[in-house]
Amino acid sequence: MAVKRPGRLIAEVVTVVIAGIVAFPLYWMLLSAVKPPGEIQSANPKPWTFSPSFDSFSRVLTVSGFGRYFVNSLLVALVVVALSLLLSFLSAVALTRFSFKGRTVLLVMTLVAQMVPVEALTIPLFFLMRQIGGVVPAFGLNELGSLVLVHLAFSLPFAIWMLRGFVAAVPVELEDAAALDGASRMRFTWQILFPLVAPGLVAVSVLAFIHAWNDFLFAKTFIVSKTENQTLPQAILVFFKPEDTDWGAVMASSTLMTIPVLVFFVLVQRRLVSGMAGAVKG
Amino acid sequence: MVTVQEAPSVTAPARRPRRKGDGRAAALYLAPAGVLLAALLAYPIYQLVLISFYDYGQPQAAGNAPLVFLGFANYAELLSQAQFWTVLGKTVGFAAACVAGSLIVGTGLAVLASRVRSLPRTLLFLAALGAWSTPAIAGSYVWLFLFDTDFGLVNEVLSGLGLPFEHHSWTFGTLDAFGLVAAEVIWCSFPFVLVTMYAGIKGVPDEVLEAASLDGASAWRTTWTIVLPMVRPLLMIATVQSIIWDFKVFTQIYVMTNGGGVAGRNLVLNVYAYQQAFAGQEYGLGSAIGVVMTLLLLSVTGLYVRTQRRSEAWL
Repeated sequence: MAVKRPGRLIAEVVTVVIAGIVAFPLYWMLLSAVKPPGEIQSANPKPWTFSPSFDSFSRVLTVSGFGRYFVNSLLVALVVVALSLLLSFLSAVALTRFSFKGRTVLLVMTLVAQMVPVEALTIPLFFLMRQIGGVVPAFGLNELGSLVLVHLAFSLPFAIWMLRGFVAAVPVELEDAAALDGASRMRFTWQILFPLVAPGLVAVSVLAFIHAWNDFLFAKTFIVSKTENQTLPQAILVFFKPEDTDWGAVMASSTLMTIPVLVFFVLVQRRLVSGMAGAVKG
Repeated sequence: MVTVQEAPSVTAPARRPRRKGDGRAAALYLAPAGVLLAALLAYPIYQLVLISFYDYGQPQAAGNAPLVFLGFANYAELLSQAQFWTVLGKTVGFAAACVAGSLIVGTGLAVLASRVRSLPRTLLFLAALGAWSTPAIAGSYVWLFLFDTDFGLVNEVLSGLGLPFEHHSWTFGTLDAFGLVAAEVIWCSFPFVLVTMYAGIKGVPDEVLEAASLDGASAWRTTWTIVLPMVRPLLMIATVQSIIWDFKVFTQIYVMTNGGGVAGRNLVLNVYAYQQAFAGQEYGLGSAIGVVMTLLLLSVTGLYVRTQRRSEAWL
């Protein structure tokens, strides 16, 4: 839409102002994280600081074993991303490129599964994890494996459904040509299809990563007694006491928690918009 | 920075006649995800319903007491509680406000973004990606801090303008608290709508827009009568996703109202079920709330999908 219109300048000013408003909480978080101790809990907060300090960060990093929780969160999120990519891709291929009985039923089930509020399943999942722990300890209560399992269950239906569009968009002729050249189905799937659906894989990994990284409810419910296996959202709670909150530490740890997601987003953002569009057209 | 690539267009469905071994390959490809979803989604749903029919407290959970089948007694108890109905009402109102807010803000900004040059657009997208990537718990804390009674910037600014907001508590009253949480939820969920809708708007062919402008259609009219109808399938996905997410907000409510507010007056179903089950150790009752929540969500989204479906090939 390159048509020149009067009023575009106004629209642009409005856009920039809105961008500022949207970004403001993030600015405030970062600012409060680097304000020196006296300025954070002030009855007269200033939207700038002339003496940035890393006091709050060092409080967070030295006091609470933050690094351990950070690694736990990262580990869970990355494993969830890797497994959701693998499993949802395979399922999406099967659901779009193979014809078999019950295909439509499975598609509808994928759709319905997305609407199931996983949070409502906290109680049975808690008991299930306890049972699993009796058989495979690494996936039981108090272990990071239990978080991986539950986040996979959440992200898979949406991921499968999202990737469907991308897989379907790859022309059939390409597959026939590959078959003529003697490529096996497996080889076609991994060497041709997989790279072609990259934007979809990006969108899937973003959503899976964010979900796993953000999770508070399941971490709170499953990791009950083994504090060394807690994840970041619980770690931040330590600094938050309704009557006596260390806001500097809360903002510093919130900043540290946001950075990995931001990095991830920046790495993939070029593909993200097309990923969304492709998923939606499928 | 944010660029839009040409998304794959799915005009002809890439179906081909059945080939030998398709069934077996499909079973192989689907097995891992299928087993996982059966074990971690289907089985827990069955368990949820089952537990909701029992008197299931701490002794039963620990295996020290026999299970007593109650039938619908948990549901009867739930439906007779005044608190349940209050919480249900608040949940629906809160979710509806969040859904409407994210859709209006997200779609509005997507339309705006499609009308400006790349620099302001990039700034907007960067800000939105920032809000999107902020973890729920971090976002909750930042908003709490901004609206803090004593140290918050918002009270400072408002009272500086002469308004009576000195030491005003934004987390005490029900309307204030839900308003604050809704603002945070909309802030971190509108970017999904923005990105989705923007991708859709960019997908509208230029020729269509040129034809409209040659016919003298105003920008407003083009948006309403041409662009929005063309991106309806996308709008539906954004709506369904928003409904699904906003109905089960847990972290924000739990953190921002400190576990549901004084005497649980700022609860939503999710937090209510959690409190009943894990704090009150009433797993049967908590499961009944979970069942109600699932049914509610399924029917709301199901109904929405149904009303929209006639116009689009959904599957």
